[in-house]
Order: sequence, then C-alpha cells, then structure tokens
Amino acid sequence: MRVSRGMRLSLRTIALGYLLLLLALPVGFVFYKTFDKGLGAVWDALTSDNAISAIKLTLLMVAVAVPLNTAFGVLAALVIVRGRVRGKALLNALIDLPFAVSPVVVGLALYLLYGRQGWFGSWLLDHGIQVIFSTPGMILATVFVSLPFVVREVIPVLREIGTGQEEAAATLGASAWQTFWRITLPAIRWGVLYGVVLTTARALGEFGAVSVVSGKILGSTDTLPVYVQNRFEAFDLTGAYAASAMLALIALATLLLMTKLQPKEART
Amino acid sequence: MIDLRDVTKRYDDFTALHDVSLHVPAGSLTALLGPSGSGKSTLLRVIAGLEAPDGGTVSIDGEDATRVPARRRGVGFVFQHYAAFKHMTVHANVAFGLKVRRRAKADVRARVDELLALVHLEGLADRYPSQLSGGQRQRMALARALAPEPRVLLLDEPFGALDAQVREELRVWLRRLHEEVHVTTVFVTHDQEEAMDVAEQVAVVSEGRIQQVGTPRDLYEHPANDFVMGFIGPVTRLGDAVVRPHDVAIVDEPGPGTREALVERVAHLSFEVRVELTLDDGRDVWVQLTRAQAAELELEPGQIVWIRPSYSNAGAFQAAGSALSVAT
Repeated sequence: MRVSRGMRLSLRTIALGYLLLLLALPVGFVFYKTFDKGLGAVWDALTSDNAISAIKLTLLMVAVAVPLNTAFGVLAALVIVRGRVRGKALLNALIDLPFAVSPVVVGLALYLLYGRQGWFGSWLLDHGIQVIFSTPGMILATVFVSLPFVVREVIPVLREIGTGQEEAAATLGASAWQTFWRITLPAIRWGVLYGVVLTTARALGEFGAVSVVSGKILGSTDTLPVYVQNRFEAFDLTGAYAASAMLALIALATLLLMTKLQPKEART
Repeated sequence: MIDLRDVTKRYDDFTALHDVSLHVPAGSLTALLGPSGSGKSTLLRVIAGLEAPDGGTVSIDGEDATRVPARRRGVGFVFQHYAAFKHMTVHANVAFGLKVRRRAKADVRARVDELLALVHLEGLADRYPSQLSGGQRQRMALARALAPEPRVLLLDEPFGALDAQVREELRVWLRRLHEEVHVTTVFVTHDQEEAMDVAEQVAVVSEGRIQQVGTPRDLYEHPANDFVMGFIGPVTRLGDAVVRPHDVAIVDEPGPGTREALVERVAHLSFEVRVELTLDDGRDVWVQLTRAQAAELELEPGQIVWIRPSYSNAGAFQAAGSALSVAT
C-alpha cells in the first residue's frame, strides 16, 4: 500500500503520541517525582526497614511463583499439546481462570478457604500454620494470578515444532526424559523464557489478590505494590514514589535481561 | 528381516490397516508404494514402534517387537521433513543416537566422521541444519539414523520434500548406499517410478491392504489386480480387457481378433508416439507406439485402422474375472 508522506507522518505521530501519553509519561513522571526532593530523600526512603522488608518480600514472591509456574506451565503445556488423556479441554479452560477472574475475587476465595473460618484454614491454624494475613497466603495469591503465562506462551511453540524431532529422538534410542531435556526443552526455550518474563512481571506487580490476603503489617507482610499504597495513604509521597520507581526498575531490568538473552534471529 | 502378521490399525472409525502381512528379507531394499492415504506410512510407523497396532504382530530379526518401544527396536527412521534437531550442529545431530547410549567420546567422534564421509558432508560438521540445503539435510538425517547401527532402516517419503533433480540424485545415491551398508531397508513412496527404480522388492498398498508384493518386473508384467496394473504403469481398455497401451498393435487391414477403430489424434511425445482412437462401439482407447512403428504406419486423424492386443506373456488380465487377491 502506498501511503503519502503527510499520512505517514501523522500516523507515526498518533502512534508515538499514544504511547507517550499512556505509557511513557506516567512512568517517567514517577521517576521525576521520585527525585523531586533530592537523592538523599530517595535513599532514605528506600533503605528504611519497612521498604527493605517490602523489597525482600516481593523478591520472595517472584522466587517462589516463577519456578513453580514455570515447571507447572511446561508440564501442563506438554499434557495439553502432546497428551492423550481425557480432560485436556477442561485443563486448557481452567488455566485461563486467573485471567478471567478479578484478582480481588482470587484474594477473597483464598480468604474463604484458608481464613480462620475456612475449609482448610482452621485445621492449618490448629497446626500452627497461618496462611491468611501472612506470607503463605500472599505466595498462594501470587502463584494463582501468574499461573497462565508460561502455559500460554509454550503451547503455540510446542504445536509449531511438531512431534517429528521427538519421534526422531525416540527412534535413536532416547528415553522420554532424555528427549525432554535434549530435544523438547531446547526447542521451546524462547517460549519458556518469554513466559518467565511475563510471570515475573505479574508476580512483581500483583496488588489486588495479594492486598486482600496481606496483613498489611508494615515491615512484615507488605510487598512493594502494597507498600506503595500504604505510603500513598499515609501521605508519604516520597516513599510511595521511591517504591514505585524501584518496582519499575526491577521490571525494566527483567525485560532488558530477556532481550539480552534472546538470540538475534528470535528478535522481531 | 521384518515380519508383519495380520497388522491392524484403527483411528476412531477409520481403519488404516486391515490385517496386513508382509515379509521383508534380511538385507533387502523394499518399497511400500501406494497413493496418499493408503496406509503405507502408518505401516512404516508401526514397524518403527511410533504407532501401536490394534492387532497383529511385528517381528524384527525373528524377535517379537510388537510391544517393544521405538527406542529399543534398533530401527533407524528418516522422516519426510528431515526432523533435524535445529539447535544442534550436523555433528551433534549425527552423534545423538550414540550419545544417548553413552558411548565413549572418541568412539562417537570416529563414528560420526565415518558417517559424514559416507553421506558426503565432511566439511559441514559444524553447520546448523538451517544452513544446509534440503538434500544435505536429508543426507544428515540418514547419517543420524545409521549412526547407532540399526537392524532396520525405515524411510518415510525420504525424497518427497525435495525438488525433482535432487530427488533423482538421492535415489541413485540411496541405492549405492544400500549396496555399501546392506542394512534391511524399507522406504515409503507414492512415486511408482521411484519405487521401481530403487527397490528390489515392491509392496503395493491401497486402502489399508497390501495388494501385491513382487519385484518391479513382476508387478509390471503380472499385476495381481486392476489397482496394481493401473498404479504401476499406464493402462487403456480394449473391450473388457485392461491392457498396457504399448501392448496394442495397429494394423491396416482386418484379421483374426482385430477391431475397427478411428484415429482421432496422433501426438508425437519424446521417444513415444501416442495415438488416440475411438472403437467401433464408441469407446476410447489409446496406444503407445515407438517412433519407428508410427513412421511405418503413417497414421493420420480420421483414418480407419484395426487394432488387437499384441502382448505375449499375459501382460494383461481379464478385468471382469479378476478377484482382488491379496498377496502376502
């Protein structure tokens, strides 16, 4: 299609303007406001005990949810694409549940199950395990909301590579285990990696579900997003902005890491 | 040596193989020839253990392999679309079957080098499959399949994805390779010329059944039924008989067993001349002549001639009376 010069310029302006207004401006503004009161104030805000605790707890969420959902995601994708079992369609539909259900509802559901009066909650409490308003509940919430990413990224890649390479490996004497590690996993690695990045981003940023089951005890059960909300409500704007900037930085670092790891031919 | 006995394979309500029995002699080069959807690829996959039959047995070198998983059958398999391990170099691809068996490093290297020489890919060991041509990829796949010294080599439409010239080259090359390596080989093809050219024994497959097994010459000269006759070479109808168009003689006067026919068209193709005629009963028939025969007859469209079957060794059979005998 031939597009006139003026048309091309205005299309470009609209696209860039849209991104600028909706993405770059708000994120940039957070960074700008963060350093409003000088570097010292930011440093103090980020090194306060409460902030450090929030950063640590957020990284813990990522450290648990990402490996768990990666392992589950690859396994579920294999079952859905390669498996010959009944109930594949049901599994496939269930996996999208965290996308479909509002995070607040997820939090409430966890509260109903694991809370003081919940099905599992009272038994667990009797055995000294507190889930709700504590770290285990927040981990459960994070795992739940970040579950579909790896599965959804890996399924199309598995479909695309087909079964030829795996069958070839089998006729060459490889066991199912050897075939998975030497053939299937290397073939789907970019899909897995992209899923991991999305899972990480979601685990870092999840607010709704985590907020419901978090005790919101400063310095103990606050993740960064919950901490930002807490600071904002306490009129500690420097603290809120600094924590937000921190969150954005971790997310950006994850994205950059992925671009760095990807080979040239996979970048499009 | 491969022995299939009453092998049946069903997919839901579709039966891909009906009680197929086949003997592949040790060291032979056998083709499974049939149209697409005939079940020939399924049969090959059953031999390899990539599909489990619903009935019947598969034995390799006299051992029952029906329940043996693919990885323990000692088969080498070459796929139509190469199934190259894309993230591995040519060397690593060929070495794969040896590495999963935990062979010593030095042995693996020596064997891979030997095979790459055999398939003429010596200089390309460090390339990736994406840097190879189709023909090179298929030769790599062949070296990979041969590396663990399989008892049986199975090739599923090995030249199907290649262009005509490369296909021709690889055909010759596969035959030579078989003379050198002498592993029992079965390959699937839908191209009758390819099967007749390469194989010592051809099994014609149609609708999930083996229609006939024999040498290329056998199949051509003594087809067991209509299907085999039609699939193996050109046919035309002369009355109730199905005959080869080169087994029809054209003469310029009536005689015993001749029929009157009208010449419709004379086409001069390369070394053959194709004559299209209409019989006295209005049915069409076509005849293949050599250039010399055609020159002698001086046929023109509109001319009246007489034709009769000219074969001597029963190159045709009565279509009406032929039962579909399943050769095994």
